[in-house]
Amino acid sequence: MNLNATLFLQSIAMMIFVWFCMKYIWPVILKSMDERREKIAEGLAASDRADKELAAAKTVAGEEIRAAREKAGEIVEQANQRHSQILDQAREDAVAERHRQVAAGEADIALSTNQARDALRAQVASLAVLGASRLLEKEIDANVHRKLLDELIAEI
Amino acid sequence: MSGDSESISQSAYIQHHLQNLTFGKTVEGTWRFAHSPAEATAMGFWAVNVDTMFWSLLMGVVFFLLFRSVARKANSGVPSRFQSAIEGVVEFVDTNVRDSFHGTSRLIAPLALTVFTWIFFMNCMDLIPVDWLPTLAGVGGQAFFGMDRAHVYQKVVPTADVNATMGMAIAVFILIIIYSIRFKGVGGFLGELVMNPLNPKELGMPKIFWPFVMVFNLLLELVTLFSRPVSLGLRLFGNMYAGELIFILIAMVFTAGSGIMGAGLSAIFGEHIPTWFWVAATAVVFATLWLNMKGKLSNGKTWLVLFAEMLLVGGLAFLGGQLMHFGWAVFHLLIVTLQAFIFMMLTIVYLSMAQEHH
Repeated sequence: MNLNATLFLQSIAMMIFVWFCMKYIWPVILKSMDERREKIAEGLAASDRADKELAAAKTVAGEEIRAAREKAGEIVEQANQRHSQILDQAREDAVAERHRQVAAGEADIALSTNQARDALRAQVASLAVLGASRLLEKEIDANVHRKLLDELIAEI
Repeated sequence: MSGDSESISQSAYIQHHLQNLTFGKTVEGTWRFAHSPAEATAMGFWAVNVDTMFWSLLMGVVFFLLFRSVARKANSGVPSRFQSAIEGVVEFVDTNVRDSFHGTSRLIAPLALTVFTWIFFMNCMDLIPVDWLPTLAGVGGQAFFGMDRAHVYQKVVPTADVNATMGMAIAVFILIIIYSIRFKGVGGFLGELVMNPLNPKELGMPKIFWPFVMVFNLLLELVTLFSRPVSLGLRLFGNMYAGELIFILIAMVFTAGSGIMGAGLSAIFGEHIPTWFWVAATAVVFATLWLNMKGKLSNGKTWLVLFAEMLLVGGLAFLGGQLMHFGWAVFHLLIVTLQAFIFMMLTIVYLSMAQEHH
């Protein structure tokens, strides 16, 4: 346990190790730690920002949904109105059509009645002529007596 | 270690453990290792404790490689567990430096880290069983260098050598001087030495009394200045030396006890129990623990087997010695860490005081 030159060798060794540490260890490790700290801080800030953005987006989305719902309501209402409009229109159209059809039918009936009446008249006329000819036993020229016959028909 | 020569061999055992392997110039004028403590003392100042230098440099290299391996792979991404552990130490030192050092210096933080880790590693050498490395060195010295085993001294805890701790304290002392002069100038530094604690100017003394007061101040301040490295070095040395000594005493108690309780061993081997027997016994204990860790031996059975092995090897005293050794090792873990921490903190505080104006 006597003091000897180990004293100085140890001092020198310590200085060399401190120098190594100062040059090759401390700055490198501290730099990486600081960088990581910055990264983590940035990450946390980004996540905070993202949270805020998410909240804002949620509000916007809520408003959009409400607006869309109102719009949809309006559209449904419009559609309902349109529906009733179309229905009314269709009803009116149908009624008009019915009237038209009925009128056409009535006109047809009238026409047919007239035609039938004319035909009957003609037949009556020819029957009359036939009857008359039978009565006269003599062929009467229908053409000669056309005028007379027509007058007869008109009278029927 | 038994019989008539017991007390002599016990003190020889302790002395052998506390003697450094000193290389220097003998009285006859040849350069070689000292063969006895007296010869080492006779070598005077220009001798080197080779074991202290070897183990301290080895620990320094271990420190450098460990931290350098992390520094080389350092990245700001997700750290590995090892990197986290190393960064934890760096962070710890950095926090202490920031708290205690009032000023800016590029040197102080790396210095604190080196001092803390290096001293911690050197102190940890104390936890290796006291006979292992000296026995190994003795066997090696005999086999490779043809030395007498009794002359191969080996003190494996560098911080239990006053040269190592005072060497580091001197380095810190030089830094204290450099810092004082750098931040306060030569005049400021000298002024602080002579104008404290009694400031003749502030006390309004006549000029004629100033030199006496200044000499008085200088004496007081020099004591303060020199007490710093001395307390720094001797505190660490004292703690580690005492710790080492207690480990040696415990080791001696149970090996001596084995002579009485385990008389069978002496009957088999004679007075000196051969080294290979201790190596074999240690191997058997390690094998038992290994089997336990492999899950091949239940915890209860492991205790029983260990107990039986201890009793077989050295009797009850041996078992008691093992328990004492374990207890002291656990307590010593605290001292090892605490002393490294204290050395670091005092270094920081002294340097902080050196660069501050008072």
